[in-house]
Amino acid sequence: MSGHSNWPEWIYIGVVVALMVWVGAEAWEAERLVEHVPADAETIIVTGQQWFWTFEHEDGTKEIGELHVEVGKAYKFEIISKDVNHSFNIHDYVVLMDAIPGRVNTVWFAPTDVGTHDIQCREYCGLIHYNMRGTLIVEAPSS
Amino acid sequence: MVLELQKPRPVWQIMFSTHHTDVGLLYLITSLAFLFLGGTLALAIRAELFLPGAQIIGDAMTFNRIFTVHGTTLIFLFIIPFASSVGNYYVPIMVRYKDMAYPKLNAIAFWMIPPAGALIWLGFADFTWYATPPYSIISAPGPAADMWIFGLKILGISSVLGAINFIVTILKCKHPDMSIGQVPLLAWSFLSSSLIILVAIPTFAAALLMLLTDRLGVSGFFNPAMGGDPIAYAHLFWFTFHPEVYVLVIPAIGMMYEIIPRFSRKPIYSYNSGVFAFVLLSIVGFSSWAHHMYATGMSFTEKTVFMVGTLAAVPASAMHVFNFVATMWNGRIKFSTPMMWCVGGIALFFSAGAGGVANAAMPLDFTTHDTYWVVGHFHLFVMGTIAFGSIGMLYYMFPYVTGRMYNETMGKVHFAMSFIGTVLVFFTQHVLGLYGMPRRVFDYPPIPEWIAMNQIATVGAMIIGISMAIFLANIIYSSGKGKLANTEDPFGVGGKYYYPFEAKNPHHD
Ligand code: HEM
Ligand SMILES: [Cu+2]
Ligand SMILES: [Cu+2]
Repeated sequence: MSGHSNWPEWIYIGVVVALMVWVGAEAWEAERLVEHVPADAETIIVTGQQWFWTFEHEDGTKEIGELHVEVGKAYKFEIISKDVNHSFNIHDYVVLMDAIPGRVNTVWFAPTDVGTHDIQCREYCGLIHYNMRGTLIVEAPSS
Repeated sequence: MVLELQKPRPVWQIMFSTHHTDVGLLYLITSLAFLFLGGTLALAIRAELFLPGAQIIGDAMTFNRIFTVHGTTLIFLFIIPFASSVGNYYVPIMVRYKDMAYPKLNAIAFWMIPPAGALIWLGFADFTWYATPPYSIISAPGPAADMWIFGLKILGISSVLGAINFIVTILKCKHPDMSIGQVPLLAWSFLSSSLIILVAIPTFAAALLMLLTDRLGVSGFFNPAMGGDPIAYAHLFWFTFHPEVYVLVIPAIGMMYEIIPRFSRKPIYSYNSGVFAFVLLSIVGFSSWAHHMYATGMSFTEKTVFMVGTLAAVPASAMHVFNFVATMWNGRIKFSTPMMWCVGGIALFFSAGAGGVANAAMPLDFTTHDTYWVVGHFHLFVMGTIAFGSIGMLYYMFPYVTGRMYNETMGKVHFAMSFIGTVLVFFTQHVLGLYGMPRRVFDYPPIPEWIAMNQIATVGAMIIGISMAIFLANIIYSSGKGKLANTEDPFGVGGKYYYPFEAKNPHHD
């Protein structure tokens, strides 16, 4: 060991630790808020299978590859898979949740603007994984 | 060491040797062969993604096989054997012992690698380096998948045997006059990474067997159709492979500890904090595995626990960066090729760690997970840090392996191009991930931002490719025709080195 004093290293470690505590606390707080599903959220069952998405609304209507939702409502996705792992992703709304056979995973979102967004699969699922894509269509409120 | 090219001896003598410098040479040549093989696959991937639509790889199945074998090769057949090579050359000398503790075991551990490599390459599986179930059980074509499983099984055993050897050599065979606190940091890096291997690998070894019996249909551990759960595999896999990332990175950091003080002409700033950070990383590294699984539907509490575990490991990595910078501070630095690779590697190590922190923060991970961001993140480690440290070490060892010097200008050009290329490929991939492009895709929709970034990344990869060709030419030419090295002080930085040629190879006298 050399005889020099180590205070610069201690200060540096202190700064790194403080930064990590800050990142951790912010992340904890943000995640806690986004995980809170609103009570009036409408449920949509999302089924992933090689290599397309199916959506089933609360009223029983089914869609394949396209998902129609309305501005101003909250939606809760119940995500399942019929074969291998997939991951349901609407990148523009930071919606990401794996579809795993044998499990039901949930995630929610509330569209804010009328428009269309890409839906894709973000977990490797075989041959056509690259093209397991769909479209989210956000419409103006019907009533 | 060996100076093979100056005192030639029959190839079979090296192949059947159990002497640590001979085994080191075998590891070295094998790992470099796989570096070039795996690198070629990377160029194919990048060429394919240069534009939307099929480019050079006709179909998705071939593409999926290529990226699977690319990752498997570079991690298990380049990074790990290369580290074993360095460990074989240096650890016995650093602890002042005549050989590795168990020379025959050492040779056996090496000879498990070629057959494993052959299984992986002849099979060419497509289920990603994670061997994702239930896809790997119900969908992945055999015999490729089964060959991959057996290949990995063999590599796991080889790693464990190597780890036992390093641990015993360092702890039991070091010179009696030497205390553990005098063991050089490079040897400490092997001690810590070997201890991690012993604790981490058995879990994956079990998971591989379960995967195999699942494929055979006699069990259903990870197959929901038979009552199993793919998430169980995720836990077993990542319990091994998050710690394993430190197995990969720690020896590379050790190599930098050998090179940086020497070329700064200063002692290491703090030996103790180097040791402390290695040991800390090997322990805390076990508390973060499920940060790979935030999107699998874990509870808020589970996610929080693994986020905290991940962030807790960051200061240990950061301590190494500080130690390197403080060592160089006010040093009379000589920027020879090995030093350039190490300094570049540290800069990339730092950027990689910063990106890792973003992944670890759970809400941010839902943006980055399984996008190109993650590909960029871990390549800044495996390429930017580990390959950089390893290549620096290779240039550093070159005069001892061949007795000759490599061409310094070509070495520096190699570094400059690789550094620029690495930044172009992997920084860009971080941004591409933020734009949402998923990883492991054969093709992508023509979104203008995606196209632009893929093109930058491909150009960067080609620059790396060219620099690697220069590298290959340099080492082949210089090992036969380079100017003779001054083996006492090949880099003209003064002081004593560790001299592998002082190892008493029985074949040499
Ligand atoms: C500061 C230290 C590090 C932190 C905080 C960190 C954090 C993370 C996190 C949170 C992920 C998951 C990202 C995701 O899939 O969404 C990840 C992935 C990964 N990291 Fe790191 N990491 C660190 C160091 C390393 C090192 C040293 C290596 C390699 C030597 C490494 C290799 C990887 C690999 C291979 C993956 C992706 C695996 C895959 O999905 O195929 N990381 N890292
Ligand atoms: Cu997919
Ligand atoms: Cu990890």
